[in-house]
Amino acid sequence: MYGKRLRGLALTTAALLTLTLLAVFFWAPNDRTEGFLQKIFYVHVPMAIITLSGFIAGGVLAIQHLRTGESRWDLRSYVAIHISLVFGVGVLVTGSIWAKAAWGHWWVWSEPTLVSFLLVMLLYATYQPLRFAIEDPERQARAASVFAIVAGVFVPICFTIVRLSTAYVHPRTLDNISGNLPGRMQLVFWMAIGSVFLLWLLLWRYEMASKHTSAQLRRLRQLLSEDDEALPPLRRSAAPTVEHAGIAGR
Amino acid sequence: MSDSPPIRTVVGALLRKELRVELRTFESIPAMTLFSVTTYVLFHFGLQQNQVGGSLASGVLWVTLLFAAVLGINRLFVADAEQGGFDGFLLSPADRGALLLAKGAALFLYLTVVEVISVPAFALLLLEPSLGAAMPGLLAVLALVNLGVAAIGTLVGALAVRTRSRDLLGPLLSLPLLVPVVIGAALSTTPLFSAPARAMPLHWLVILALYDLVFAVIAFALFDYLLED
Repeated sequence: MYGKRLRGLALTTAALLTLTLLAVFFWAPNDRTEGFLQKIFYVHVPMAIITLSGFIAGGVLAIQHLRTGESRWDLRSYVAIHISLVFGVGVLVTGSIWAKAAWGHWWVWSEPTLVSFLLVMLLYATYQPLRFAIEDPERQARAASVFAIVAGVFVPICFTIVRLSTAYVHPRTLDNISGNLPGRMQLVFWMAIGSVFLLWLLLWRYEMASKHTSAQLRRLRQLLSEDDEALPPLRRSAAPTVEHAGIAGR
Repeated sequence: MSDSPPIRTVVGALLRKELRVELRTFESIPAMTLFSVTTYVLFHFGLQQNQVGGSLASGVLWVTLLFAAVLGINRLFVADAEQGGFDGFLLSPADRGALLLAKGAALFLYLTVVEVISVPAFALLLLEPSLGAAMPGLLAVLALVNLGVAAIGTLVGALAVRTRSRDLLGPLLSLPLLVPVVIGAALSTTPLFSAPARAMPLHWLVILALYDLVFAVIAFALFDYLLED
């Protein structure tokens, strides 16, 4: 179900990513103040936007889980948050590199977006430990969904409050991201957002497909094996198991 | 649900039970208070300052109170999880939101009692300017902080209590969620603790109140799902 059309999506993503990188390096003009360095902007900012959207999407999927009680929504929410966590580490690293290059420090407390992002990551870093600490799969799914919703709401609030707390210390240079970019830069920026989004989506679909495939494999093994040689029990895991997600049959 | 008792009665009964348990066991309040006073002493040695004022005083006060609150959050649901309080409550026809309200109110009261001792102790041990002038503003901030901690702490406490590593997960989950509360509280009280005391920025009180409100609503909406079995 999740494996269909994966190849097409993978090829499109690869093509758009290559095209974007070529455009970033050879077509977009160099920034007047920051020069070549500013190119990291095309990786860092789209990745940050997609990560935060992924966290919020995880919350929305979790709402769906609590409303319907179907655990496939929990699996979707888990995979969304999982991929976003991986992207988030990339955001922190690229942001740190950018800060070092532009301001001379690896970490800048007066930059509210960087600080809020760290806060959000610190919160989401507890998502997997929370899941891992609950053994009963249904209770794990419910607790994880409650967490995903709370954290999803926390994301925009955290950004607003940290921004407010530094507003009078540090004037914003990029007040709205797309507003003051010259035409070509803006086009490349949107291309970068598109390709990072496709990459996120691709990885999301890959992980979903992989989870389903391994569940199906396990089911087939169970059918093949005699009753006396039962399969080893699943290891305790932070990820929702597809058997409990009730979709192994599809 | 038609024959369920009115929510006010249930909340009252649950809150009385909470306070009776606390009065009999003295599990939370004395530990939180003692912890906060010990932390002031630690700050004295850690910062190597006899007196603090301004933003330093704000920081010491709010971080200490927050860590003390985390102790309370960790204990809040333990007795119910271990001794069948949840099961008893779930068997009754009472509305589940009542448990959230009662626990939140209990946590709010614990924090208030702790602060009645801990804030004067802070003024005595560390605070440079006098507490009297700062008192009206400080009381308002304390009330809003307690509300926020009560809302977030009750939700997180219920989330963490039935996990294997609840003592670790409670603080890990609650501290990031409480950072905005610290931001608001610290920015509000820094002018109050400054040497020529300045006026408190009122917009931070509004932001704190909004934050409290948002998390109170979220806690109320999601609490049911944490009790289901």
